[in-house]
Amino acid sequence: MKRAFKFISILSLGFFLPVLLFAHHGSSAFDTGKKLTLAGTVTEWFWANPHCFLKFDVKNEQGEVAHWIAETSNPPDMANLGWTKQSFKPGDEVTVVVEPVKNGRPAGRVLQVTFPDGRTLHATGRPPDAPKQ
Amino acid sequence: MTERVLVSVVLLAALVFSVRSHAQDQGEQDRGGVDVARQPGAVYDFDKKGEKPGPAPKHDISGVWEPAGGPGAGIHANGAGQMPSDGKPEHELPFTELGRQTFAAHKPTFGVTQVPSALTNDPMPGCNPQGFPRIVLHNFRTSRIIQTPENVVVLYEFNKKWRVIWTDGRPLPKDAGNPTWGAPDAPESRWWGYSVGKWVDDYTFVAESNGFDDRTWLDNAGRPHSDALHVIEQYRRADQLHLDMTITIDDPKMYTKPWVAVKLRLRLQSTQFDIREMECAPIETEEYNKEFADPAAGLDAPK
Repeated sequence: MKRAFKFISILSLGFFLPVLLFAHHGSSAFDTGKKLTLAGTVTEWFWANPHCFLKFDVKNEQGEVAHWIAETSNPPDMANLGWTKQSFKPGDEVTVVVEPVKNGRPAGRVLQVTFPDGRTLHATGRPPDAPKQ
Repeated sequence: MTERVLVSVVLLAALVFSVRSHAQDQGEQDRGGVDVARQPGAVYDFDKKGEKPGPAPKHDISGVWEPAGGPGAGIHANGAGQMPSDGKPEHELPFTELGRQTFAAHKPTFGVTQVPSALTNDPMPGCNPQGFPRIVLHNFRTSRIIQTPENVVVLYEFNKKWRVIWTDGRPLPKDAGNPTWGAPDAPESRWWGYSVGKWVDDYTFVAESNGFDDRTWLDNAGRPHSDALHVIEQYRRADQLHLDMTITIDDPKMYTKPWVAVKLRLRLQSTQFDIREMECAPIETEEYNKEFADPAAGLDAPK
């Protein structure tokens, strides 16, 4: 199956994004609560403050490529969740769940990334061994 | 012979117990690792069920400290942890008229008065110093406290900043608006203020600070302060593993009475804990803004 611009789900379920992971700037640019699931190919993983970002290409059924960019929180927050500077390399096939920006650009913030082997990196929440709050 | 058998049994039991304990420790670590990599500075000692910390050492708040609630428990995007900017009446600050006007003039990107990023006048973005106490009210992460005969030094993870609290008996600058440690030094306000501290009992260290540059905000929600800001910072060593931090804001120009901004329990970390580097590098911020923030906010469109 051709890698498509898979719009697997758009959910408006009042999805709650823990604000602690995006404390650098406000949420006004994002379509809060909306989720897009996109299958694509990594072109760059930028591991830096104040936010990391993942660039990936998503091809639609006509073969047109959209160059997506999605931010995460900063390296210490992402390290707490198990992400590393080496989490992605160009060419990696990934399925990315993003909360898109409101202005229709191919941009958003990462909620999670799943690799072909089923491994998933979560971009929000707390470290698995942190005390329950 | 019986003695030898007994010793062998004891040694064997000790070995089995040791292996089992190690396995349990590994289990604890694996639980945190799940299927992802964990890195130095991102593996914490958290409170364990049934744990019985030893007694608090006297006159000692040194060590590496992490919020006992875990990473994130000290991060308060919407304003001071005890008094968030959420519109609830119980979190309304005791503003003076000047304080209310100044708060209204601030345009934060968080809290009930938030504006879009493009319209903010937050003094911090772009790697500008958020100063003290905002670093604690906004983003308290893993921190190291060092005690010397002359001072207490606090090293903060966020933006890799540090403060010196003098314990050599000197008083705070008399004039908070024109602060100096004394002649011949000329008065000079500071992003991080002037701080002095002392032990008020065997387990409680209290620091006071003034002399702040009034361009900073108190917190991420734009709560204001003036050059009269006086911060009271209390650290109470509750036991061997815990430190209770309380921050009180006293600014008679902006607030009619002092108010408690932070109450946070901290958990002692290993002496080997290597605090992660978290530097605000302008070249990286520029790259982030160009690649993501500006397009996301529609700021890169041709004028």
